Amino acid sequence: MGRKNKFVAATSIGPVANVILNIIIAIIAICCIYPMIFIFMISISSEDALALHGFKLIPSAFSKAGYHAVMQLGGAQLLQSYMISIAVTVVGTAIGIFIMALYAYAISRQDFKYRRFFTWVAVIPMMFSGGFVPMYLINTQVLKFNNHFWALIIPGLVSTMYLLIMRTYFKNSIPPGLVEAARIDGADEFTIFFKIVMPLAKPVIATLSLLMAIGYWGDWYTPFLYITKSSLTPLQALLYQIQANIQFIANNAALSQSPTMAALVKNMPTETTQMAMVVLATIPIACAYPFFQRYIISGLTVGGIKE
Amino acid sequence: MGSKEKKASRTSTGIFLIMTIPVLIYFIFEAYLPMFGALLAFKQFHFARGGFFASFWSSPWVGFQNFKFLFTTDAALVMFRNTILYNLVFIITVTVCSVALAVCINELLNKKMAKIYQTMMFFPYFLTTIVVSYFVFSFFSMDMGSVNGILTHLHIHTPVNWYAKPVAWPFIIIIVNLWKGIGYTSILYLATIVGIDSQYYEAAVMDGASKWQQIKFITIPHLRPIITLMVIMALSGILKSDFGMFYVIPQNAGALLPTTQTIDTYQYRGLVTLGSIGMPAAAGLFQSFVGLILILTVNKVVKKFDSDSAMF
Repeated sequence: MGRKNKFVAATSIGPVANVILNIIIAIIAICCIYPMIFIFMISISSEDALALHGFKLIPSAFSKAGYHAVMQLGGAQLLQSYMISIAVTVVGTAIGIFIMALYAYAISRQDFKYRRFFTWVAVIPMMFSGGFVPMYLINTQVLKFNNHFWALIIPGLVSTMYLLIMRTYFKNSIPPGLVEAARIDGADEFTIFFKIVMPLAKPVIATLSLLMAIGYWGDWYTPFLYITKSSLTPLQALLYQIQANIQFIANNAALSQSPTMAALVKNMPTETTQMAMVVLATIPIACAYPFFQRYIISGLTVGGIKE
Repeated sequence: MGSKEKKASRTSTGIFLIMTIPVLIYFIFEAYLPMFGALLAFKQFHFARGGFFASFWSSPWVGFQNFKFLFTTDAALVMFRNTILYNLVFIITVTVCSVALAVCINELLNKKMAKIYQTMMFFPYFLTTIVVSYFVFSFFSMDMGSVNGILTHLHIHTPVNWYAKPVAWPFIIIIVNLWKGIGYTSILYLATIVGIDSQYYEAAVMDGASKWQQIKFITIPHLRPIITLMVIMALSGILKSDFGMFYVIPQNAGALLPTTQTIDTYQYRGLVTLGSIGMPAAAGLFQSFVGLILILTVNKVVKKFDSDSAMF
């Protein structure tokens, strides 16, 4: 016991080194969250203070004008974008996980004759793609993605990586005896899949759903390519739009047609309104993230594509 | 008995085939059709009546002409140089910094603080490129950015229009990339360090090894396999780039193209902004083709020295 403690002490760093290391790492850690705090402080600055002194961590004067403008002019659009983002995330994750689980289960079964073929069907796209031009042309010309709700969902539905993680899990963690017993009892493959395999695969399904949901939530690229209608613009794409044109937030409402509203739009405090939008779009997720960080890390470290 | 079993397995095969249908359809439309569409890099594509496929068939084959044109332009030189150099610097900076960080975090005496630091450093992983582009803007905006604020406050320089200064962007992009990736990557390395058997360190202390020697002769050698794996995996993607990092973060500023154009931004700008098809398609096909060769090579190398980590 005493001997062990001595070793722990000897393999550890000294107290002075510990303090120095703590300071260095704390500075790096603060750098990682500093920009978010900075953006928040800008969002509550007064526009005059910004014009005079630029962006400051502690502004010389505070103001709610940015949030006020968002509420008055962009409230409807912000809400609409939240709804679209939530709908895309929920629908995309549910469908994607479900169809991937079906496929992964089929190729995980040793008695499926064509499992090698279907495994290669999934692996080849990971190694070789047609490139951006044919992908874009097929999605816009053949599948008619432009300004369509399903355009936000389809491109992210399937990931070979997740598919293979599921397959490995099904193969290694579902006792084959259980499946065999169910079959002898007369259960067909669908029943086995829904009643035995899916409940047993809950941990991997949950982790992958979380990763996929984060992917859909943060996806700005798909709407960037296919969506111009403000009523279909998800949150991240909205943030992108207002970076170039803050007026975009007023597009959704018919508000801007009345003269008083038109004046409001014209006098909108650009920087603080933008930053207020960033804060309102980011903070809810940022607050939730420490709670599921653990699951994400466990998800990131699973891997293994091989059989 | 035998025939009953045979029949059962035949119906299972049928059900398995049904199970594969939805994902199969996805792959056909989102992966294999574009793969076949990549052939338009060898065509002089014209839009004709009757949609994409009719246009595809009616466009004449031109062999490698698109590739020839592409590689005689200066644009090709710039985008290949940028993509490769950025990737090399990304690999070096992220690997060195996150290994160092993981080693340091592991040494902290207060494990509770270590957890808090990690949570903070993981934060950027959740932010989208769009939000990060606002961060960058808050630092480098010409009128209000804090960098210009500091420069003028200290009378070092008059305000600089950073979004028209291509020289500055390699540094900005490299730092943003490091900032975004360091927390996540260091967690991967830390997981390996935590798994090292403490007996190695105890034995080293018995032999009078200093902390530095312990890191050099125990920790780093244990990390070597995973570092090597991560680096060669990253090398296989050396012609790929994160579109948002090079398009959204520099706010699509034309003046910055010399240092921010990559193969991916070129394809987008070529097709969507300029409406040309041949050369961007050629660039994309070349990128994919080289990527394929690199992945196969990398997999062979990995297999040779650590068969457990090979991809297939």
